[in-house]
Amino acid sequence: MSEPIKTDVLIIGAGPCGLFAVFELGLLDMKAHVIDILDKIGGQCAELYPEKPIYDIPGLPYVTGQGLTDALLAQIKPFGATFHLQEMVQTVEKIGDPLFRVTTDRGRRFEVKVIVIAAGGGSFQPKRPPIPGIEAYEGSSVFYSVRQIEALRDQRVVIAGGGDSALDWTLNLAPVARHLTLVHRRSEFRAAPDSVNKMMKLVGEGRIDFVLGQVSALAGEGGRLAKAIVKGSDGSNFEIACDALLPFFGLTMKLGPVADWGMAMKDGEYIVVDTAAFESSVPGIFALGDISWYPGKLKLILSGFHEGALMAQKAYHYVYPGKRLVFQYTTSSTSLQKKLGVA
Amino acid sequence: MLVRPNHMPKITYIDHAGTARTVEGEIGSTVMETAIKHGIPGIEAECGGACACATCHVHVDGAWRAVVGEPSPMEEDMLDFGYDVQADSRLSCQIKVTAELEGLVVRTPERQA
Repeated sequence: MSEPIKTDVLIIGAGPCGLFAVFELGLLDMKAHVIDILDKIGGQCAELYPEKPIYDIPGLPYVTGQGLTDALLAQIKPFGATFHLQEMVQTVEKIGDPLFRVTTDRGRRFEVKVIVIAAGGGSFQPKRPPIPGIEAYEGSSVFYSVRQIEALRDQRVVIAGGGDSALDWTLNLAPVARHLTLVHRRSEFRAAPDSVNKMMKLVGEGRIDFVLGQVSALAGEGGRLAKAIVKGSDGSNFEIACDALLPFFGLTMKLGPVADWGMAMKDGEYIVVDTAAFESSVPGIFALGDISWYPGKLKLILSGFHEGALMAQKAYHYVYPGKRLVFQYTTSSTSLQKKLGVA
Repeated sequence: MLVRPNHMPKITYIDHAGTARTVEGEIGSTVMETAIKHGIPGIEAECGGACACATCHVHVDGAWRAVVGEPSPMEEDMLDFGYDVQADSRLSCQIKVTAELEGLVVRTPERQA
């Protein structure tokens, strides 16, 4: 196993609150690494509404989710945070006072003095289609992502969905699978037109099948899939013999492993924090933004910014024990301006 | 129909178990917002009404489909992420409450994606 990354602060979540936390920590000389399960920076702003307007960011009468993300990235640039994308924190272990050992689903390890959880509604994970008993096949015959194409060689594969993931994997797996069927509920696709045309060409050549309908049931034994039952758009039911099902129905937010890290929770969904420093019941672990709860909590981006500023004041004392912290303004402090690269 | 300026159209949500709940919706708001405001179960609206998630999916009662209308292409795309999507499926965040919707009936699915 590789050496752990040692840094001051690990921020979980690269949404607006996590990004602004980099800024507030940076002003107080704390270095941060940021981890996010998405393949891009911006959290819900980038994933759910990149093009949609936000009207309640102070000083910005109108900004899109992507626009806000880009602006925050420009703002935190002087602090050189390191981003780890498509990665999820799995375990957090307290090994000092405070010092935490963190491991990710990719086997990366961190040793940090402070953890800031800014994970919004949790981690984005593939949506599980509501097919009764699908859990029994997950990991053995049902896959929400393809890690190894070779594992599907010569298999009979059913792909469900109409977006880019469904179409991309249909095209990628067509030459590999013994038989491939794409199942989608309508004849229009959300995916890129070029992919749709290529898929239709394969259907025309008889190399793959395209079926209008929705997978409604599965049959098999011991986690091994034998067939998918499809409800056609005309109401008819039919079976497709298959070894693997790949459902691509987008992402949903799940709290994930956060609940196992020993913090007091509210309704099993939110991390309870104090309103002086937005620290959880575990000293050294803070929570900002949508994932945090305190009396009067509002799920607003602007609240998350405030929470980050106060968090940094307390985090400082964990990172620099015994050191005095002088409160300063960016407008007038030469030392802050030096850190921002403007003095 | 005589429409008063402050008219609040009644909307009925029937859940999967068959329980009907009727509440008043504000003209100009959405069928999703009305449900959330009144704590109607069966509608999650994870994305807050941005037409970005498909967790406010409803089935529009047959008698109301023509009045409510068809989903936009963008909404159709999002409906791909819904559960048990039928010809009567809409995302309730995309249905604006109007005076014409007085008496609207929608059914919430067994679960939201």
